[in-house]
Amino acid sequence: MLNNIRNNDTVLMSLIVVMVLAAPLLLAPLGAGYPDLMQRFAIFGIFAVGFNILFGLTGYLSFGHAAFLGVGSYSAVWMFKLLSMNIIPAIILAVIISGLFALIIGYVSLRRSGIYFSILTLAFAQMSFNLAYSVLTPITAGETGLQLALDDPRILDAPYEAGQLPTPGLFGLYMNDTWTVNFIGMELQFNVGYYVCGLLLIALFYVALRIFRSPFGMMLRAIKTNQTRLNYTGVNTRPYTLAAFVISGMYAGLAGGLMASMDPLAGAERMQWTASGEVVLMVILGGAGTLLGPVLGAGVIKYFENIFSRMNDQVVESWFLWMPEGLTEFMVAIVHPFVGKGWHLSLGLIFMAVVIFLPGGLIEGANRIIGWIGRRFGSKKTDKSGEAPAPAE
Amino acid sequence: MEAVLLQFMNGLDKGSAYALIALGLTLIFGTLGVVNFAHGALFMIGAFCAIVLNRIFSFSFETIDPTRTDFLGNPMKVSTPYVEKWFGTFGTSLIEYSVLWSIIFAIPVMIAVGIAMERGLIKYFYKRPHADQILVTFGLAIVLQEIIKQIFGANPIPNPAPSSFVGSVDVGVWLGMAEFTVVYPMWRLVYFVFALIVVGGVFAFLRYTTFGMVVRAGMADRETVGLLGIDIDKRFTAMFGLAAVITGVAGVMYTPILSPNYHMGMDFLVLCFVVVVVGGMGSLAGAVAAGFLLGIMQSFAAMSEVKDFLLGFSIDQVIIYLVAVVILLTRPRGLMGRKGMMEE
Repeated sequence: MLNNIRNNDTVLMSLIVVMVLAAPLLLAPLGAGYPDLMQRFAIFGIFAVGFNILFGLTGYLSFGHAAFLGVGSYSAVWMFKLLSMNIIPAIILAVIISGLFALIIGYVSLRRSGIYFSILTLAFAQMSFNLAYSVLTPITAGETGLQLALDDPRILDAPYEAGQLPTPGLFGLYMNDTWTVNFIGMELQFNVGYYVCGLLLIALFYVALRIFRSPFGMMLRAIKTNQTRLNYTGVNTRPYTLAAFVISGMYAGLAGGLMASMDPLAGAERMQWTASGEVVLMVILGGAGTLLGPVLGAGVIKYFENIFSRMNDQVVESWFLWMPEGLTEFMVAIVHPFVGKGWHLSLGLIFMAVVIFLPGGLIEGANRIIGWIGRRFGSKKTDKSGEAPAPAE
Repeated sequence: MEAVLLQFMNGLDKGSAYALIALGLTLIFGTLGVVNFAHGALFMIGAFCAIVLNRIFSFSFETIDPTRTDFLGNPMKVSTPYVEKWFGTFGTSLIEYSVLWSIIFAIPVMIAVGIAMERGLIKYFYKRPHADQILVTFGLAIVLQEIIKQIFGANPIPNPAPSSFVGSVDVGVWLGMAEFTVVYPMWRLVYFVFALIVVGGVFAFLRYTTFGMVVRAGMADRETVGLLGIDIDKRFTAMFGLAAVITGVAGVMYTPILSPNYHMGMDFLVLCFVVVVVGGMGSLAGAVAAGFLLGIMQSFAAMSEVKDFLLGFSIDQVIIYLVAVVILLTRPRGLMGRKGMMEE
């Protein structure tokens, strides 16, 4: 049994490693193989994996995680402004500051559980948004967002060419460096920034895996299953939930720091409640409490966001051109509200559909299908494959 | 003294809105045990009911008036609303008082929306975990908000108050102070009185009618009431409709104060959640009291004296959250929270 699980973890890890490293090759046929989108896949993957440590394991539904993302972004941009364009100090500061932030918010919010907790974190996220948007304008540059400027001190860096804003880098490599390789007719783009994000995603996925398998992870699961019982057996659950909250906050901060490293600006809209809702959706869509689910969910949401919001009426029209003329216009009129600027409407509908019909997310859906095939064909071998994804929890 | 009274009154209109929304939220929460993240959307739908009715009333046709000319010298086009043509001066007054007529228009709409929401979606989530309830209503809130955005656009739509309520009243004179010290916009006073009437009506309804008694009994112990042979589900659905109406008319009356836009619901909802938590979950009186309290505190935080005292930081945007933190650290159940309410 133990051997079996370990084997599966190895399979899972190698799956992630291959997926991340070969992403430019795998995503190019889908039209998603360009750096900006791949970076977002990896960054939101990290964000979702971190959120899953809290929500998937303890069942505490936080609606405020975008605040940590925003805090991470702001700290990273400040590091770029003051210290150096190297991303390492920026990311370290982003993680530390967002961790501290999570400690404060978690300490207060975790005094209550269930609905109260969700409401409190939502309130804190909205407070952080208001702070960043108006109150703390000297630090966050308010509405315009925090940007690099030519006269920033950057005490560690050599002076840059006049009149040009520097780009974030890592010891001579710049985040927007891209090598383009032609491979059987496809243009594969190997981007430095993406591989930084991707390697961090692999590392952090491994950390999450270790947490899932550790006694600490077991304790978090026990909290989800029956907190009252734990309390009666004399366990103080607060330190465990707080630790999970801070860890997931640090993941979010790191994602925010990476976001600022790829594109050095930070705005308050990153902290809005819709952003918090988006990460919840990613985790739910993929499958809360599963290891692979959040990465999958983040990829699916970001991919569809990209596809949907690029669609305009001409694109939609070209789908239905084969129909009679009146019908084409009718179909375009029907599809129009859901694409382009209406992407949020589709997002809301997907959100509702997933919660209503597939609360376990895509992973559960896959398990169901595999289980159905297993029952249908009833042989021993397929039965086993029906169980196989279970360790992916 | 005058300044303090003025800030106190400035807080009343926001406080009234908070109190009404929080009251609806608590009614749903107390009866059905569901936290409705789509509740802000109900407030917004109410506000847009007023916009719709105003548009219906002022639907007009254009005629050319040869006696007058516009600045280019062409005959001027005059647009006359149909209601004015059909009903004469009564039609004019219809347009004039469209906000008040909107209340009557909004009540059936909100009942329909509320009951559709409860029967169509939320009903299926009573036995699911709270996280699922939150998530599905959250998704619904996004959907409703985006639909409104698609129909009415992203910009706020102004909706004027009836002209006899425009302008301000000198409240200071009533209280025997000097003139022009405490001048208060008339519509906000109307809104406050309206909120008091609605709150009073709801409390009286729950207190003095048999229906209200059954509902209160159901809030305390749903199972026993069910065992006594009362169809509690039907009553709770009716309460959902009532909560939707309260929130909807709060939105209708708020349109002259704040031009409605598609995200107003969510802006208010987050604050109203804080209000409910501060007041104590499941406590109707707590929700109303905390609504007024926090509205007034917000208004005091906006005073320039307070701003100077805090070295120039204006904390009116965040004071509510700070108060919520303090309350939760000292009284985790909120001001009037009852034991055993949502504590599993």
